[in-house]
Amino acid sequence: MKPTDLKEIKKPLTIEQKINRRNFISFGTFFALAGSAVAGWKWLLYAPEEKAGITAGTRAPLRRALNKSELFFRNLFSNNHLVKTYPKESAAENVRVNSLIGIENDTEFDNAKWTLNVKITPTDFLKISIEEIKALPKTEIIYDFKCVEGWDQIQHWAGVKLSDFLLHYKLDALAEKNYMGLETPNGEYYVGLERDSVLHPQTILAYEMNGKPITNDHGAPLRLIIPVKYGIKNIKRIGVMSFSDIRPRDYWAEQGYDYYSGL
Amino acid sequence: MKEIKEKHTLLMRWTHWVNFPVLTVMIWSGLLIYWASDTYGVSIFGFTLIKFFPEWFYSYFHITHRLSEGMAFHFLFMWFFFINGLLYISYTIISGAWRELIPKRNSLKEAWQVLLHDLHIRKTIPPQKKYNAAQRIAYTAIIIMGAGSVITGLAIYKPVQLYWLCWLCGGYHFARIIHFTLTIGYVLFFVVHIIQVILTGWNNFRSVISGFEVLEMKPKIKE
Repeated sequence: MKPTDLKEIKKPLTIEQKINRRNFISFGTFFALAGSAVAGWKWLLYAPEEKAGITAGTRAPLRRALNKSELFFRNLFSNNHLVKTYPKESAAENVRVNSLIGIENDTEFDNAKWTLNVKITPTDFLKISIEEIKALPKTEIIYDFKCVEGWDQIQHWAGVKLSDFLLHYKLDALAEKNYMGLETPNGEYYVGLERDSVLHPQTILAYEMNGKPITNDHGAPLRLIIPVKYGIKNIKRIGVMSFSDIRPRDYWAEQGYDYYSGL
Repeated sequence: MKEIKEKHTLLMRWTHWVNFPVLTVMIWSGLLIYWASDTYGVSIFGFTLIKFFPEWFYSYFHITHRLSEGMAFHFLFMWFFFINGLLYISYTIISGAWRELIPKRNSLKEAWQVLLHDLHIRKTIPPQKKYNAAQRIAYTAIIIMGAGSVITGLAIYKPVQLYWLCWLCGGYHFARIIHFTLTIGYVLFFVVHIIQVILTGWNNFRSVISGFEVLEMKPKIKE
């Protein structure tokens, strides 16, 4: 090649050429990125459902994201962060009943014979009557109950603080495990709660609503009130309490909801 | 004679186009969540003018019975929305581009003149730099709205741990209302934005992808 040819090639681009070149590069990049975005979206939208286990019912990548977000936001958790409480007058008289899963059509259930069964070992249960629970120091709370659906209602509950209960029955060593599992007597509704939320000072085993014993629809004789969680974790009519280091089964986590569901 | 005039930096173009699909997914997944407790509407003297949302709307967009799915999408894409927004705001502050963006003292008056001009009522438009007064107000507002969505979103996502944020937003209930209203705001912004982009034409639209505008210069007469 002769040097004069090189000079020809290096001639500066005309303004038109510059415009065309930059348009070509930027629009090419734009459509390539837009295409990848569409492909990425389709991948997520048609991603296979997670393998059914303790959690189920959602796309596998979305479950991973839920679990990662849980890990991040658990850093904000503190027992010093309390839910706002209200005066008694603010509490709703007609307390909303949203779901009866685990307690409706339970013909086996007899309120008079109820005991709370705490699983100490795989075969050994501690049985505690409602009278024994009512004899423990009483804690009241009037707070804004929050449902995962988006509604909220100021409600008035009373019972024994869960951490007081665990101490009294010397279950605090067992409660050092990562999770507590709670189930209805018929085992049809069940929740898993991590230790931090179990030991939160506003978490109570409730037996009174608006100053009266809890009605059947609200989970008589004993239910969980856990203000640091959505309503789905506030299990009605607790039958069995257990402890474990891995996540216990959880009704709504099996239906695609976040396991943590913490507020 | 044509001339290339640089207009939008790469980062501004990037964050703009990332935000579009991310916000779309956030609005869609937000609807899936909102459906589960769709209590908002506009009514005067007990007469309902607008209900958010009518049944035909839900069924047309397949919104119903998808709460858990909506939450799972919402709580993934919130990260992209937040990071992208943070990137844009940090860049705007550090680069000094905010000077072209935030409204000036006379912006409100000028924006009115821009509006009259756009509606073909007024012939002239006040002199402007990169953004006219109406754009300054609109684009600054949309950034504040974005920050508002993140703040109110966090307030209803973790109302106990972030109790102070929830309090700042006027409580759980009110935070949810603001969060919803901002979303309606985005949709209205989008409609006006699209109309304006179409009316302004190709040169302007191209600049948000390739970064530059082409100016027609009058050739200088040689003396």
